[in-house]
Amino acid sequence: MNNIDVAIVGAGPAGLAAATRCREFGLDVTLFDEQPAPGGQIYRGVTRSPLQDPSVLGQDYWDGAPLVRAFAASGAGYVNDATVWSVVAANGGVTLGVAAGVPAARTAHMIDARAVILCTGAIERPFPIPGWTLPGVMTAGGAQILLKTAGVVPQGRTVLAGCGPLLWMLAWQYLRAGVAIEAILDTTPRWRMAQALGHAPDFARSPYFAKGRELVRTVRRNVRLVEYVSALAIEGEVAARSVRYRVDEREHTLAADCVLLHQGVVPDVNLAQAAGCSLAWNDLQACFAPATDAWGGTDVAGIYVAGDGGGIAGALAAAPRGRLAALAVANVLGRISHATRDPIARHDRADVATSLRGRAFLDTLYRPTDTFRLPSGATIVCRCEEVDAQTIIALARQGCAGPNQMKAYVRCGMGPCQGRFCGLTVNALIAREQRRDPADVGYYRLRFPVKPVTLTEIAAVPTTAEAVKSVVRP
Amino acid sequence: MTTRHVDVAVIGGGLVGAAIAFGLRALGPRLAVLDEGDVAWRASRGNFGLIWVQGKGQGLPAYGAWTQQSARAWPELAAALHKNTGVDVALRQRGGLHVCLSAEELDARAATMSALLAQSGFERYAIEVLDRAGVVARLPGVGPDVVGGTWSELDGDCNPLRLLRGLHAAIAAAGGEIITGAAIDVIEPRAHGFVLRSARGVFECETLVLAAGLGNARLAPMAGLAAPVVPNKGHIIVTERVAPFLSMPLETIRQTDEGTVMIGDSQQARGFDDTLELPVLAVLANRAAQVFPQLRGVRVNRTWAALRVMSPDGFPIYAQSTRHPGAFLATCHSGVTLAAAHAYYLAPAIGAGALPPEFLPFAAERFDVRAAA
Amino acid sequence: MFARLPDAAHLRDVVDIIVDGTAVVARAGDTVAAALLAAGFERCRTSPVGGAPRAPFCMMGVCFDCLVTIDGIGSQQACLVAIAPGMRIDTQRGARAIDGAAA
Repeated sequence: MNNIDVAIVGAGPAGLAAATRCREFGLDVTLFDEQPAPGGQIYRGVTRSPLQDPSVLGQDYWDGAPLVRAFAASGAGYVNDATVWSVVAANGGVTLGVAAGVPAARTAHMIDARAVILCTGAIERPFPIPGWTLPGVMTAGGAQILLKTAGVVPQGRTVLAGCGPLLWMLAWQYLRAGVAIEAILDTTPRWRMAQALGHAPDFARSPYFAKGRELVRTVRRNVRLVEYVSALAIEGEVAARSVRYRVDEREHTLAADCVLLHQGVVPDVNLAQAAGCSLAWNDLQACFAPATDAWGGTDVAGIYVAGDGGGIAGALAAAPRGRLAALAVANVLGRISHATRDPIARHDRADVATSLRGRAFLDTLYRPTDTFRLPSGATIVCRCEEVDAQTIIALARQGCAGPNQMKAYVRCGMGPCQGRFCGLTVNALIAREQRRDPADVGYYRLRFPVKPVTLTEIAAVPTTAEAVKSVVRP
Repeated sequence: MTTRHVDVAVIGGGLVGAAIAFGLRALGPRLAVLDEGDVAWRASRGNFGLIWVQGKGQGLPAYGAWTQQSARAWPELAAALHKNTGVDVALRQRGGLHVCLSAEELDARAATMSALLAQSGFERYAIEVLDRAGVVARLPGVGPDVVGGTWSELDGDCNPLRLLRGLHAAIAAAGGEIITGAAIDVIEPRAHGFVLRSARGVFECETLVLAAGLGNARLAPMAGLAAPVVPNKGHIIVTERVAPFLSMPLETIRQTDEGTVMIGDSQQARGFDDTLELPVLAVLANRAAQVFPQLRGVRVNRTWAALRVMSPDGFPIYAQSTRHPGAFLATCHSGVTLAAAHAYYLAPAIGAGALPPEFLPFAAERFDVRAAA
Repeated sequence: MFARLPDAAHLRDVVDIIVDGTAVVARAGDTVAAALLAAGFERCRTSPVGGAPRAPFCMMGVCFDCLVTIDGIGSQQACLVAIAPGMRIDTQRGARAIDGAAA
């Protein structure tokens, strides 16, 4: 396992498809994933969901099963419960730092490969509203994972809040599972639909349209929907007890024990950025993604990105993008010629194009408003270090140079999540206060380990005489 | 392009520039600190936080004296920052330990400290050589590989990031401006001052302080000075917060007031490259685990590599240009330890327009470098 | 407040674990986080920064709010660890303690 052709990080649709395709070209490939079973987040638990009624989760979920089956049959190596905490490109290849196994029996590995495809996927966009750190508040994606993998659902007064397809999907799944929902508080503003209408024809031709329309209709018929919510706050001392919201200048309060938040997903850029890949700002989606070429190649030789981790494009685009990256790697490693690669790539690109139809509509419609991306006052921005918005705004007004200076001043981004839940918010606040482009403001400078590992796991990295000399200086 | 006129412009908003500007803050709006952008070499973000005396000054007794002078003035700096800005820099000056993991290390350390103190003209203080029992008495939790160490009650630490924040806040509170994104491209000496050109505009000043760290090497000759500094890469490991277990700093391990544990230190000449080197982190981690085995299972939340600003002999450079007497240079790699000295002794000298003779040992001439005359 | 769907509550998959010294029933295949939520635990730690109570938030290993001590090893992400029979889980209060507190 230690010296392979291709390492793939993440067993979601992109990683599964990339690994399977690499095997088709006879490459020695191993897939590393943090979860105990493949599927990533979108197909989480697809091989072992406890739910016996398959219709609860919807057909799209089960679309993940063939991907997993193909991967399992491909002969690719697979390491589960594995955290890839570093990726160093050097000497024409890459070395991955991997911490694997259950907590009681962790092992540390350095894996050498000729190329790596990062398929680390997406994470929930930060949704910084008052009370968002209280127990009883979760992301809609988190609630969906609970449903898929454990068949566990909220029992008390449950409110869904935010915007985006996942919120509707969860509501639909809850309906099918018999879970009572107090209300969906939809934060999509009135004027967004007009903005998005320009992309509507494309959306109508997309794979999402028919399913989406039916799903939304079902939810609307069965769940109380509050639209055009322009402010949100979760109240409670030690746990969520109610949600205050505003519609058209009027405030309302809803008792709630469980509040599920969602306003889209963004790429998890930490591993790519720490590995030296440049990030590019996507203004429509209001997030950063690794800068890639048409194959998923980054500006670091040997490192490729595929799936939502390279830019949000949805589950249906993830697998063909994984296949494209595998094609590129197979070509660069000398397994296939351009003549072999290119016709296959055309099919994959056609699949990507089909799956992208409708994205512009969804991205426009569900782009969070400034209200929900730019918190104020005592609202917590950095959950790990408990840094609030007014602290960051004050320093931004004084001319703080950027997110890294802000981090040095007030510790935002220094906690274990390494900025995944605050980086975009800090960027947005500085951009607004200083009237700068988010692309210019930039993002945190990330380093390894991109997920916390123990001191022992760091100590297990092979040392060199030069490294020893740099530390032990008589 | 806008032109701003100030009496004193400090190029560099890191610990050196900010401490000097803090010392000159009575100038209010007649003082400006010009700092560059968010992603920059910035030694001040890579700081360990030690206020360290023991071991300093081998080869330059004046540095040992300067360091002690700064350590003595540190409580005043901490109090002033707290009073002016409410920022508590968590100063601790109750002593510090340098720990040794083998008999050879301990012997070498004891010999080095003896030689240090024996230097002619060295301002002596006590450095206690401890055997294992001596270390254990101070740190009951140390690992079995610790054979001894050296202790000085003059050593201590603070929170270096809050120090910088406090200095910046105090400067701003007094009316001074810290202008970011203002990397200086050109310095043009004039008859009675200097013109500084940057992307953020043009600045005119009578007195110029170069405190731009590695940037000083390029800027200094423009003002008739020389700053032969080069990068020296250091790595740091920072753990998750743990319950308090270490109440005094070791030279390479300290627990911050937030509860995180910082582990250092390494030195490499790698040029302008702050790429993380995992083997170095591994060596740091191994040694830390030898000193405190109970840290083995603790999570490492972050690491970094940053570039120290290193002069040829490792000692500070303080200089005043003879050709353009309004230009001063300050550079060192112990910006935390020397912050008080910079604020209370160097800044007033700059404000008075001349560096007194006690700064001569730190002049760049000691390198036989020909200043751009 | 969370509960197990009837559809998922297969008796034959029951696993006994211990949370803060109390016996708790979970299901084979649960993550520690799912087991805690299903058993009615509202919080899994208090923050070492300000002492605020926290509970699992993202369920996918990126928020680090679900840190608990498992079989004596602290700061484990509950949402990434599968339960095992007899597993001892302890909620964390503030900064985790390490052995051998010194001066």
